[in-house]
Amino acid sequence: MTTRFFGARVQRVEDGALVTGAGRFTDDIKLKETLSAAFVRSPFAHARIVSIDASAAKEMPGVHLVLTAADLPAAWRDKRLPLDVPAPAIRHPLTQFPLAADEVCFCGEAVAVVVADNRALAEDAAEQVMVEYDPLPAVVDCRTALAPDGPLAQTSVADNLAAKWVNEYGDIERAFAGAAHVIAEDYFQHRGTGCPLEPRAVLAQYDRAGDSLTVWSATQAPHGIKRAIVDMFDIADTQVRVIAPDVGGGFGPKLLTYPEEIVIPHCARLIGRPVKWIEDRREHMMSTAQERDQLWSVRMALDADGRILGLRGTLLHDTGAFLPWGIIMPYISATTFPGPYVVPAYRLDTSVVFTNKISTSPMRGAGRPQAVFAVERLLDRAAQVLGLDRAEIRRRNLIPAEAMPYKVGLIYRDGQPLTYDSGDYPQCQQMALDTADWAGFEARRAKARAEGRHLGIGLANYVEGTGLGPFEGATARLLPSGRILLRTGAASQGQGHRTVLAQIAADAFGVAVDEVDVEVGDTASVSVGVGAFASRLMVNAGSAVDTSSQTLALKLRQIAAAVLDAELDDIELSGGVARVMGTQGGQISFREIAKMSSGRPGFSLPRGIEPGLEATSFFAPPQAAYSNGSHVAEVEVDPETGLVKVTRYVVAHDCGRVINPLLVDGQIQGGVAHGIGNAIMERMRYDEAGNPQTTSLADYLLPDAGNVPNVEIVHMESPSPLNPLGVKGAGEGGTIPAAAAIASAIEDALSPFGVKILDAPMLPETIAMLVKNAQAQKDAR
Amino acid sequence: MSAVSIRVTVNGTPFEREVEPRTHLADFLRHDLGLTGTHLGCEHGVCGACSVLVDGRAVRGCLMLAVQADGAEVTTVEGLAQVEQLNPLQEAFREFHALQCGFCTPGMLTTLMQLLEEHPEPSEEMLREELSGNLCRCTGYAGIIRAAMKAAPLLKAQRENAA
Ligand code: FES
Ligand code: FES
Repeated sequence: MTTRFFGARVQRVEDGALVTGAGRFTDDIKLKETLSAAFVRSPFAHARIVSIDASAAKEMPGVHLVLTAADLPAAWRDKRLPLDVPAPAIRHPLTQFPLAADEVCFCGEAVAVVVADNRALAEDAAEQVMVEYDPLPAVVDCRTALAPDGPLAQTSVADNLAAKWVNEYGDIERAFAGAAHVIAEDYFQHRGTGCPLEPRAVLAQYDRAGDSLTVWSATQAPHGIKRAIVDMFDIADTQVRVIAPDVGGGFGPKLLTYPEEIVIPHCARLIGRPVKWIEDRREHMMSTAQERDQLWSVRMALDADGRILGLRGTLLHDTGAFLPWGIIMPYISATTFPGPYVVPAYRLDTSVVFTNKISTSPMRGAGRPQAVFAVERLLDRAAQVLGLDRAEIRRRNLIPAEAMPYKVGLIYRDGQPLTYDSGDYPQCQQMALDTADWAGFEARRAKARAEGRHLGIGLANYVEGTGLGPFEGATARLLPSGRILLRTGAASQGQGHRTVLAQIAADAFGVAVDEVDVEVGDTASVSVGVGAFASRLMVNAGSAVDTSSQTLALKLRQIAAAVLDAELDDIELSGGVARVMGTQGGQISFREIAKMSSGRPGFSLPRGIEPGLEATSFFAPPQAAYSNGSHVAEVEVDPETGLVKVTRYVVAHDCGRVINPLLVDGQIQGGVAHGIGNAIMERMRYDEAGNPQTTSLADYLLPDAGNVPNVEIVHMESPSPLNPLGVKGAGEGGTIPAAAAIASAIEDALSPFGVKILDAPMLPETIAMLVKNAQAQKDAR
Repeated sequence: MSAVSIRVTVNGTPFEREVEPRTHLADFLRHDLGLTGTHLGCEHGVCGACSVLVDGRAVRGCLMLAVQADGAEVTTVEGLAQVEQLNPLQEAFREFHALQCGFCTPGMLTTLMQLLEEHPEPSEEMLREELSGNLCRCTGYAGIIRAAMKAAPLLKAQRENAA
C-alpha cells in the first residue's frame, strides 16, 4: 500500500459546505407540515407531582397535542429508558422515564410535551400546562448524600448509594506501613457542561404506509438511539432509521439516549406529521447530562527518594438523579488514577451517589481529568515535602519504556487486564519540558516578579485508554461511476471522520481523497454500530475501513489481472484505473470494472471471481490502545483579583500513528480549550435547593479567543500493536491533564503566599479569597 | 399578533414578507427565507453564532427583530462566496482547520468580514480581543486566528481590485 494520504495534513472534505452555510444540521432539515414541540419541565429539584391540568393548553390556537405520562402507552407505565452498560456493582439501576409520572428528581426533568404549529406557539402553550407539585427535600451536595438521616434523592429506593465497589492490587497495608512519607489530601472537582454550540435537536417522521420511523437527532450515537427506540416501541429494527446529520459538537453529552428522543418519535407517530424539537440553551443547561462532580480523599505513600509505594483512598462520585450510562465514568476514574506511574500497591473505594441534579455521564475526558488531577496534585505536594523538582519526582516514577507492554494490575472497563500497549512516557515528558523550556522558567519568573507580575509553571502527565470496542464496521463499495463509497457506523460531530476515513481508503485504491464518498451517522449505512465516544472511532472504524478497502482493492486487481491477462502482482491501482505496471501494459478503469461486474448481459466476470464489488469488515480490538501525553502550562495570576491568564501551553503527546496531523492538532487545541474552561472558568452552580443558577452563557462562562493561547504541540509516534493502522485515539487528551497542569501552575505562581489549590474550577473569586486567607494567617503568626 | 410587512435585501436579493413582530431576524432568515446557514447557539446574545451583517455591520440575529431589519441590506454566510468560489477568508478557514463542527463558523466568518474590513492589518491580540464575543467549543480558536491573519491582506487586495 502506498501511503500518499496517511500521515498527510489533508484539508477536510467537510469544510466546503460548512463555510458556505450549506451544512445540514437537524434544525436545517425542512420536511413539509412539520410541527414543533416544547417540553414542560420541573421547576423543582425534587417534588411529587400532585396533578397536571393540560386543558387550557389543549385549547390554545395551533396546538395539536399535549401529552403527560398518563397519556403515554400503557406499556411505558413502569418502563424506564434502557440502561446502557449495566454492571454488577450497580445497586439501583435507575434511568429516566420518557416523561416523569409521579416524582421529579431534578430541576428540568420533562413532565409534559406540547406539539403546536410552530415553536413559539408550543412554548406559549407549555406555559399554560398547570402542574401542581408537592416539593420534597432535595439532595444537592454529593458529600452529604450518604448522611444517615438525610433526604432521599429518589423515593423509590432505600438509600442514595447507587453503586459501590473496590479496585485494588498489591499489598497496600505494607506499602503505607513502610512509607517514609505519606501525603494526604482531599480534592473536589465541580461539574460543568459539555456545551456543544449546537444544542440537542430531534426531528421525527412517521411513515404510515411502511409503519416506520425516521429520526434525525443531533446525537453522537445514532445506533444507540435506534436500539432504545426498538426497545421502547417494541418494533422490529427494520422499522427505525436514525440519522445524525451534521452535528454541532458532541463532547460526550450527546451520547445518551434522552427522553426527547423517545417522546418526539411517539408524537410523530400519533399525529402522522413530522415533529421537531430544538433544545434552547437554558434547557441544555438544565436537562443535558453534565460531568465532573467527584470528591477524592486520597493518600500517597512514598519512600525516602520520592518513589511511590502505594496509592489509596476513596472516590465519591455524584451521578445526579439517574445512571444513564451506568458507572462507566467513575469506573474509568478509578482505573485512571495510577496513571503513567509505577504504583506497586493500590486500593480505591468508589461510591456512586444519587443527588437531585441532572445526571452526569461521560464528557470530554470521561472521568479521567479528575483522576489525573488527584494523582498529579499528590505528586506536586510530595515534591514540595521532599524538596524535589516537580519534573524530577515524576521522572523517578514514570513507567520506563522497557517495561512496555505494562500490566497495571487492574481490570479495565473492557473486562481485560489494564495493559498499556506501548509508549515512552519519560521521553514524552522530556519533550514537553524541553519545548516549554522548563529549566529556563526561574529566570522568566524572576524577570516578571521584578515587574510586579506573578508567573507560575505546572506540569501534568496522563495515560488514556482509547479505541474501545466492542467493534465498528465499514463497507467499501465501487460505484458505477467508478467512485468509492464507504459506509460506516461512525458518527461525526466535527472530528473530520469523513476526511480521515477517506484518506485511509484513498491510499488503498490509489485515488484522490475527493474520489471517496463517506457515509457517517446513518443507521441505514451499516446494520450495527456503536458510536463516537472514548476516542474510539479511528481505531475501530479506521481499521474496519482499512480492511474492507484492502479486500475490495484486491478484488479489483484480481479482475484486472484476469481481464488484462497479467499476473496479479503486476497490477497496480492508481488514479482510478487498474493497470499493468511498466510502460507496455494495458489498463482498465474502475468505471469499466464496475460495468463488467454489474451483471449486465454482454459483460462477463472472469472465472473464479464472485459478483459484487463490495467488501464489509468489522474490527473488534483485543483491548484498549493507550495514548499518553505531558502538558506544561504557564500562567500569570493576579493575586488581588484572582484572575488567571494561561500565557503558554505545551503538549507533548503520543497517539500512535497520526493519520492527519492537521486534525489531530485541532483536536488537541480544542481539548486544551475545554480543559482551560474546566480549570478556571466553567462552574455549573446550584443553590441549596438544587436549582441551577448558571443557565445562560452569560452566567456559565466558556473560554473565548482571549482565554486560550496557541498550544505548542509536539508529537511522538509509538504505533499501537493492537490494530492494523497502529493508531490510538486523540480526541480527549487535550482536556484530560489540563486542569491538573493549570492548578499546578497557579499554585506555583502563588507560592509566595503559600496557597494550596485543591479544587477545580478555580474561579477568580476563589483564588482571591485563598490568597487573602493565606495572608491573614501569615499576619496572625 | 398581526403580521407586519417588511422589505429586506438579503445577499443581494430583495424580499418582501409578512412577519410576526416577535420573530427575530435569525429565525426569519432560517425559517421564512430558508437560509439555514445562520445558526442559533444560545438565543440570548452571547455566543455570536447567529451573527449576520446588517448594512455592513455584524449584528446578532437573535437579538434583532426581523421588523427592525425593514429596509436593510443583510448579508449572511450564504452571501460570502462569489459564485462557486470561496472568498479568501473561507479558503483560509479550510486551510488552517478553523472549524470542526462548523456550527459557530457562519458567525465567525461574518464577524471577521466586518472586522477585517475595518482593520485590514490586524494584530493577533486585537483579533482575539474583538472575537471574544464569538464562542467556539471545538477548535480552541488557534486556527480561526491564523486564518484571519492570512486572509486579512488577501481581502484587502480583493477590495482594492474591486474599487
Ligand atoms: S444565538 Fe445569537 S448570540 Fe447566540
Ligand atoms: S467549530 Fe464547533 S463550535 Fe466552532
